[in-house]
Amino acid sequence: MYDVVVVGAGPGGSIAAKTCAENGLKVLLVEKRQEIGVPVRCAEGISRDALERFVEPKKFFISREVVGAKIFAPDGTEITLSEERAGNEVGYVLERKVFDRYLAKLASKAGAEVLVKTTAYDFERKDGIVKVKLRRMGEEWEVETKLVIGADGVESRVAKFFGIDTTLKPDEIESCVQYLMTNIDFDPDYCYFWLGKSIAPGGYIWLFPKRIGANVGIGVMPSVAERTPKEYLDDFVQEKFPEGRIVELVAGAVPVCGEIKTAVADNVMLVGDAARHADPITGGGIANAMKAGYYAGKVAVEAVEKNDFSAKFLKRYDKLWKEDFGKDLSKKRKLQQKLIKMDDETLNKIFHSIPKNIKELSVKAIVLEIFKKHPKLLWDVKDLIF
Amino acid sequence: MPKKVVKVDRFKCAYCGACVSVCKFNANELIETFLQIYEDRCTGCGICVKVCPMGALEVIKCTT
Repeated sequence: MYDVVVVGAGPGGSIAAKTCAENGLKVLLVEKRQEIGVPVRCAEGISRDALERFVEPKKFFISREVVGAKIFAPDGTEITLSEERAGNEVGYVLERKVFDRYLAKLASKAGAEVLVKTTAYDFERKDGIVKVKLRRMGEEWEVETKLVIGADGVESRVAKFFGIDTTLKPDEIESCVQYLMTNIDFDPDYCYFWLGKSIAPGGYIWLFPKRIGANVGIGVMPSVAERTPKEYLDDFVQEKFPEGRIVELVAGAVPVCGEIKTAVADNVMLVGDAARHADPITGGGIANAMKAGYYAGKVAVEAVEKNDFSAKFLKRYDKLWKEDFGKDLSKKRKLQQKLIKMDDETLNKIFHSIPKNIKELSVKAIVLEIFKKHPKLLWDVKDLIF
Repeated sequence: MPKKVVKVDRFKCAYCGACVSVCKFNANELIETFLQIYEDRCTGCGICVKVCPMGALEVIKCTT
């Protein structure tokens, strides 16, 4: 019998498996795809702090390092944020195909078993343990485990099976398409963001530099979008990068519903996108997924020690992730709902009101400048920022 | 009245799982790298059509 079966070998799952295995638990990490890290479904950006908290940065999985972000208003007005002032949202652009495999390697090195092209297709709770039905290339078998960690992404089956209702509504999801583009001009030291209802309703377009080309992608909120993200992105690319060539296409969905009530059930913990841990404003998910994976791993170790796998005990995991970033998710969700209502004209005005010669180009300084000129806005969002 | 169900255009689908995350009827599943729709559970509500990044889904009248 396993102590833990981790479903999904993304950053959250692998960190969870690694944490469990390092502490002597018997761990199985299963990935339904035949290649860990593929398809990427990610813009691959992460802040320096967030990465370095769990992994020593290695050249081979870092595609680019950036020093700041360029943000564009709907009318093209630009502001540039340097890294230390951009709220640390930028830093590394990863090569997820390599990064995810490296994390899986760390998990296996710590003692976890790893299986790819293996689907956990059914679960049965019985006598306080879980029977997990696995399928791999037509072969089906069953393993027993004390705990299941569901790190199975936005489409999480683990959540559904164990009755943790995480079904998203069209205003709780960003529908995304991304191209890896070559033959385009950009400053490789910066990440780019384009805002506006006409460009990407309820979301934004990004460009993240990579060693070869750049990730150019879009997220839109289906509740306010009139077309598919692919159509919006194609329009943008045609106008901005008519000579650009697409060498990879990925689609994806980011949960942006904010903090969920609970990510546990009897014998089960959810981490990362499965637990809707992605940032509702930026859509970034790697950092929180790794934190959650670590916390889930720690609680799994305690649970095995105490031989208690009840939801009541596993609430410790809820407490840990909520204390770390749960409030942040709620705040950002509220801010997102305000931002979505903002029309392009207001957004342009805000960008214009940022003084060109502002000395300290920090997010806070900018926000203060904006609110001096638009006090009504301040009233709307004061609780969220200060 | 004929039942409505969702149909996937496999040539457009980029197997991202967006549709799975919004379906409360468990009427779809991303199996490895393809999307499976369970017509018996699908109500044809079309919420998945709305969130599909690729425009690969549509609601059709069930022929069977």
